[in-house]
Amino acid sequence: MTDPVPYRPLDAGAPPLLFPEYGSTRLRAPHQPPIAIPHTLTETTGPTGCWDRLMGPAAADLTAQHKGEPIGQRITVSGRVLDEDNRPVSDTVIEIWQANAAGRYIHAKDGWGAPLDPNFTGAGRVVTDAQGRYSFTTIRPGAYPWGNHKNAWRPSHIHLSLLGPAFATRLVTQMYFPDDPLIEIDPIANAVPMPYRQRMVSRFDIATTQPNHALGYLFDVVLKGRDQTPFEEGGDHG
Amino acid sequence: MADIALEDRNPAARQDNQDPAIFGQTPSQTVGPFFHYGLPWKGGADLIGKSDMGARPELFGEDHYVLNLSAPTGTPTGEAIELAGIVCDHDGEPVVDAMVEIWQANAAGRYRSADDPRDDIAIDPHFVGFGRSSTSEAGEFRFRTVMPGRVPGPGGSLQAPHIAVSLFARGVLRRLATRIYFAGSDGLADDPVLALVPAERRDTLIARRDGEGVWRLDLRLGGEGETVFFDL
Repeated sequence: MTDPVPYRPLDAGAPPLLFPEYGSTRLRAPHQPPIAIPHTLTETTGPTGCWDRLMGPAAADLTAQHKGEPIGQRITVSGRVLDEDNRPVSDTVIEIWQANAAGRYIHAKDGWGAPLDPNFTGAGRVVTDAQGRYSFTTIRPGAYPWGNHKNAWRPSHIHLSLLGPAFATRLVTQMYFPDDPLIEIDPIANAVPMPYRQRMVSRFDIATTQPNHALGYLFDVVLKGRDQTPFEEGGDHG
Repeated sequence: MADIALEDRNPAARQDNQDPAIFGQTPSQTVGPFFHYGLPWKGGADLIGKSDMGARPELFGEDHYVLNLSAPTGTPTGEAIELAGIVCDHDGEPVVDAMVEIWQANAAGRYRSADDPRDDIAIDPHFVGFGRSSTSEAGEFRFRTVMPGRVPGPGGSLQAPHIAVSLFARGVLRRLATRIYFAGSDGLADDPVLALVPAERRDTLIARRDGEGVWRLDLRLGGEGETVFFDL
């Protein structure tokens, strides 16, 4: 068998593992540099086409999972999953989780004193269509304080998890909002250097805003690309 | 603006996700400490049975469980194994809020993926090969799976049986990729990937037998015996 075509390495927007301003990295970032390995079938394959068997059916409306409507600003987030060459990544799952409108997570270890919302869990998942498009409806999450430093507040964000086509393309990221002054002073967002940090900032969009219903935000996710399988070259090329 | 209808006016573009000038890989961010209601589903760590392994449902209310419920499937072919270990930080303290994922071939050495072109090796209809385990309050991950078969490596070589591992946690800004091999398995001495690892660090990638069908390997983020992580 010929060797699989490798995926490209991380680009300049990847955060470092050690970013001391984000205190938790100090005891958790490996000291030794990672070792480069060739991409074998292990790295170029992934559980494609069976995401629902693994994760369960799609749950694209996070505002419709309970008896009543959650409190907060209803929004839709839509966009495409692409590779670095602008090719759509179809039939891939995006897993979603977030805090509620008050910035509180439905999690036993979240000690922030803001109220829970009995009508909001904040978890969902969607799958991309043939053009790589996805869309989900939720409420805009609130900012919340955390213990990283005195008066530290996380900007509003939605967590997104993607498997992509291969082990090599696995990505967990966070989507931010365009009008949020906290991004500029957040150590987690700041681990990504400018201008690449702005790739994580969604765009408000009037075209996908639904009248009398929900504000629209656009967010494309770009996964590692891969050179096309080279054509077998016959004959001489002098 | 004057010639654009009011209902079609967008705010002026600022540099953001939609700006072609900064198009490229979406940067990674930490999974944070509160992913348990969003990612690790019941049974996610049990690749061969129907148990609830992998989830931490005690960390959120039952009415907020929107994750998958393990569905009955048949039993995959192969040698059933349990694979467990502790995730620990530089100080040796257990990491209680980590998530470990695995990806592996079936017992015959075939990946369940359209990108594995080897149609001469059968897919196992009862085996996907992807799993997810939250770590426990003791920092422990635990999977039930089958011993993977051997798969090809670079240049017509053959790799020793191995499982690809992704590690996520609060304080981990991007996925940490590593592998788990099995002590005493065929091909370990000339595995083409293991050969790229300095000899004195290879043990950090090799699980040891710990009873019948049970294998253990700790994942150390730092300190003595820091696990080897790969740059993919």
